[in-house]
Amino acid sequence: MSDTLEFAAPSLPSPASGGGKGGGSAAWGRTASALRVALGVVAFFLILELITSLGLVPAIYLPRASTVVERMAELMVDPKFLKQILATLEAWAVGLALATLISVPIGILIGTSEPAYKMSSPVIEFMRPIPSVALIPLAILLWGQGFSMKVILVAYAAAWPILFNTVYGVHDVDPIAVETARCFGLKRRSMLWRICLPSAAPLIFTGIRISASIGLIVVIGSELLASTDSGIGSYILFVSLNGGHMDSVLAGAAIAGIVGVLINWLLGLIDRRLFAWRYLGATAR
Amino acid sequence: MSPTEPSKAATSALLGALRSMAVRWGLGVGLVALWQVLAMRAGSIFFPPPTEIAKRAVELWLSGPPSRLFLSDGVFQDILPSLLRLLAGWSLAVACGIALGTAIGRSRRISELLDPSLQFLRAIPGPALVPVFILLLGTESTMRIALIAFGSIWPVLLNTIEGTRTVDPVQLDTAASFRLPRGALLWRIVLPAAMPKIFAGMRISLALAVILMVVSELVASTNGIGYRIQNAQIMFLLTDMWCGIVLLAVIGYTLNRLFLTIEDRALNWHRGARGRSAA
Repeated sequence: MSDTLEFAAPSLPSPASGGGKGGGSAAWGRTASALRVALGVVAFFLILELITSLGLVPAIYLPRASTVVERMAELMVDPKFLKQILATLEAWAVGLALATLISVPIGILIGTSEPAYKMSSPVIEFMRPIPSVALIPLAILLWGQGFSMKVILVAYAAAWPILFNTVYGVHDVDPIAVETARCFGLKRRSMLWRICLPSAAPLIFTGIRISASIGLIVVIGSELLASTDSGIGSYILFVSLNGGHMDSVLAGAAIAGIVGVLINWLLGLIDRRLFAWRYLGATAR
Repeated sequence: MSPTEPSKAATSALLGALRSMAVRWGLGVGLVALWQVLAMRAGSIFFPPPTEIAKRAVELWLSGPPSRLFLSDGVFQDILPSLLRLLAGWSLAVACGIALGTAIGRSRRISELLDPSLQFLRAIPGPALVPVFILLLGTESTMRIALIAFGSIWPVLLNTIEGTRTVDPVQLDTAASFRLPRGALLWRIVLPAAMPKIFAGMRISLALAVILMVVSELVASTNGIGYRIQNAQIMFLLTDMWCGIVLLAVIGYTLNRLFLTIEDRALNWHRGARGRSAA
């Protein structure tokens, strides 16, 4: 169960400022690291451009990086493509909401009741490894190739991290807080609402964040593998099948990546806003 | 002491064991039984009863000659290639992830240089790159292994970065005052200290690798478990499809268990060391 938590930080951890290493003033250090970040981006792009323009790989297979960027710019102002992005995001959001609505109550039940925990763990252990993509064929037969199939697949894949983090969160409430609440005669219900849930909320949100990334991958994957009628994934499939426009394929994939980065960033922002008290507590301690 | 007392204790222990077993497996058995009853009553072709799935699974995979341990051709045509690709891709991801992760975790410069690119690459959904991988690497096993490796490297990489970065500074200072060479520092202090986190990342990567194995077999494929499932869907063989799904669950569960056992062995020293220092 700890695995989802170990992977809870969805951003690359940047090394702690190695005390005194490098010398110079703090301002210079910051400029230098910003420069290195910029250099990294430029180098990444240049290397890609170099590989593709030197003809190491035929251009039909791998178009120039600049061509892909050009195509991305075109796509981002193309209303038809924006509609595909919206279709993807819609299925993603509904699926994620569904997963949250299902997983949080079940997680609370499992996390607060020992028998429920023991009884459900073998079932969960067995169901969780079923890859959501393996359910695509079944989902196609049951729900067709449209919106509901995507939503259900996303909900299935996104349910697990939220479930585990909820279970862990309500299970791992500070015992002193629980005892104190009991001394004050809090009822089970208010204990749940006023102690367990607030203390588990940051972890639950982390679960939702992990699920958000997974959900996006599943949505686009299911659009691509099940050839649905709309979405980024179906766009990628369409252009790759119709003449193999690699620049469009790569541009679509890159935009999907950017959408993923944006979602992650946004959720990180919400996380820091909503649970600012948690970060305060951590530094005060 | 009368001879009944130990036997009484034995029966109560047995009862306790039975009860805990009932608690542990009760829900699972109950759900399967419920499925069986509902499926038999509804008679829907979409949800065949578990007994039928089990029967078909035996037909598909366990009906071979005794000389081959009863494994039938399906095992050698689909399951084995799938598993081999899975392991190849995962091993590649683990090797690259640890190497790259250690470099990034130990050097702030490399980290800053690579961070944006890696963030971006990580966010690209693996399935979206399937057409690219097919064009570049063809439709043979190489493509599938590369896809598995690309998609499952991230947890290992991130956890290695985190693990190698957060080595106990006292240990590092001690090593510095003993003038431990860089190589020894890496092998004897940094990597062992990062091992628990690396292992946690490896386990998540393994689960991801199973998913990517299936993804890679759903496209332009001629064998493998994912291929079989998709084929069954196209031919409307619902029971075969369910067999594949259950098989994937079994594989995922078994791999996870196996890995946990290995992890337990490999990190035994770590828990021991921590326990002693805490005592």
